[in-house]
Amino acid sequence: MTIPSSTIDGVIAHRRKSARRYRLVLAVLLTLVAAIFAVTLSVGQSITPPGDVLRVLVGEPVSGASFTVGQLRLPRAVLSILAGLCFGLGGVAFQVMLRNPLASPDIIGISSGAGAAAVFAIAVLSMNGPMVSVVAIVAGLGVALLVYGLSFRNGVAGTRLILVGIGVSAMLQSVIAYILQSAPDWNLQEAMRWLTGSVNGAQLGQALPLLLALLFFGGLLLVRGRDLETLRLGDDTAAALGTRVSQTRMLVIVAAVGLIASATAATGPIAFVAFLSGPIAGRIVRNDGSLLTPAALTGAVLVLLADYVGQHVLPGRYPVGVVTGALGAPYLIYLIVRINRIGGSL
Amino acid sequence: MTDHLLVASGLTAGYDNTEILHGLDLTIPPGKVTVIVGANACGKSTFLRTLSRLIAPSAGQVMLDGKSIHRTPSRELARTLGLLPQSPIAPEGITVADLVSRGRHPHQSLFSRWTRQDDEAVDSALTATKTIDLAERPIDELSGGQRQRVWIAMALAQQTDILLLDEPTTFLDINHQIEVLDLLTDLNGTRGTTVVMVLHDLNLAARYADHLVAIADGRVQISGTPEEVLTEATVRQVFGLDSRVISDPTSGRPIMLPIGRHRMIAIGGMGDASQKESA
Ligand SMILES: Nc1ncnc2c1ncn2[C@@H]1O[C@H](COP(=O)(O)OP(=O)(O)O)[C@@H](O)[C@H]1O
Ligand SMILES: [Mg+2]
Repeated sequence: MTIPSSTIDGVIAHRRKSARRYRLVLAVLLTLVAAIFAVTLSVGQSITPPGDVLRVLVGEPVSGASFTVGQLRLPRAVLSILAGLCFGLGGVAFQVMLRNPLASPDIIGISSGAGAAAVFAIAVLSMNGPMVSVVAIVAGLGVALLVYGLSFRNGVAGTRLILVGIGVSAMLQSVIAYILQSAPDWNLQEAMRWLTGSVNGAQLGQALPLLLALLFFGGLLLVRGRDLETLRLGDDTAAALGTRVSQTRMLVIVAAVGLIASATAATGPIAFVAFLSGPIAGRIVRNDGSLLTPAALTGAVLVLLADYVGQHVLPGRYPVGVVTGALGAPYLIYLIVRINRIGGSL
Repeated sequence: MTDHLLVASGLTAGYDNTEILHGLDLTIPPGKVTVIVGANACGKSTFLRTLSRLIAPSAGQVMLDGKSIHRTPSRELARTLGLLPQSPIAPEGITVADLVSRGRHPHQSLFSRWTRQDDEAVDSALTATKTIDLAERPIDELSGGQRQRVWIAMALAQQTDILLLDEPTTFLDINHQIEVLDLLTDLNGTRGTTVVMVLHDLNLAARYADHLVAIADGRVQISGTPEEVLTEATVRQVFGLDSRVISDPTSGRPIMLPIGRHRMIAIGGMGDASQKESA
């Protein structure tokens, strides 16, 4: 270590170093997303040369590749990225706000709420398109308020919120299972989507509403990102630093639920992506900067990668949610065990 | 030097259905050290939370320079009024320098970049609290005394003219307690920062306060100079404790000696006084 000539140089050097590390993390994650995206487009059951992939992307007809790449792989990959971004961002927003990795929307029932509403809207009310997302968002908010209301006492959320959430989530899961069972014309693939999440049969048309939701709700979150960060220091400190705690919290809930519910309406509740992205990003970023963007990118990497693994690496074909579910379950158990001992923070 | 005037009047606040403060009136003298004392759970933290707007009062108000703090934009308020809470939370693995930098939050906006001024504020906060050598260390690895100095550094980096501290010395050894109190007194002396703190130890409170305030039942029972406030009568009224108050030979400030029921010597030093009830 060099001894700085005056202490302020040390302070500046420390800050620059951490800003550099943060930019590096973002660059690496972006590169990963791009690389897996590229591989997904060109390597599947058959291999499409990169040149052909590019020609399909710019809209030229390429015999053999137009369908595989343009109709099958591209929509799937685009939807995976968008859903991953939404899940990652929505998940970490909740985890940071409630200072607990277990407070992720897919653990505390918000994803199940959105999923149950989407299934109900589609199977029972015969709705489709963006209306399903709207119903899912409303239901997600309803569940968030319900869980919040049941568990909040004097402004303190804690383990109670997580336990109540897990209970509500289990209830809503069985609602989904019940609706699926009593809608006999649904096939297994469709059912799997609503139970674990899947991008099978993805269409580019689904991407636009999801992109808009991401821009709107994600933008809202990023604008309030610094305020959200202060909540990690506790409500008292956040308020002392000039953050409007309850206003920030309301806004974060609405934005994060919007993200989670929109993604859930498109792909189903892809298991544990919201839950895993924040802690993984936290490990990489440490305290060099906001977790929001890194967690969103981590979500995209997770969904892209898990879908690829489910399709082409594992024997047989599995929807993406089965793969992420298998990844997330051990971590969930680890956290629950650990939290019993020390209480958790992100 | 600061002359910001912070005044609570008729402050009534609490949690959900329980009212904790019942019409509390207090004027904080600018540029002075005010120490608040009171029994456990009497509402000291609630009062500081209301001052920093975490809790909205159900009646009464807090005025800063004649303007209700609930009508001041929150960042603007946070540039004048800082608070170190009783139990602040450090994100896992955060380094001292990063934590102290968080104190700059109210000075930044969405598009503003980190400035030289921010670096200077962080540097001078680290230097004043003698934590500059710890700057790169994760805060979870520090001792209780070091950690408390880091939290104070964060509050200093906020560069507010008024600083509220909720029990900044709890859990510290006596030498670290004195270190923290001396640091805050220096801050008050050199920058003229108005310091308001909650302390448990009545003798330290009397030792370091310019203005001593005793709270009970959600109201200010008495306030004034330590000599006016720390009396046998007040200790009985506020803490329900019989005591003797004498003068500290070092500082001339009052010292409270609790009487209790045991291990007393009778006047003249005879007999087992533990069996006598105090009069
Ligand atoms: N977040 C809270 N929710 C509900 N009640 C609280 C909360 N914080 C404190 N209280 C209650 O308010 C009363 C005053 O607490 P507090 O202001 O922390 O006291 P002090 O700081 O003087 O020890 C106590 O009875 C305490 O139980
Ligand atoms: Mg307290």
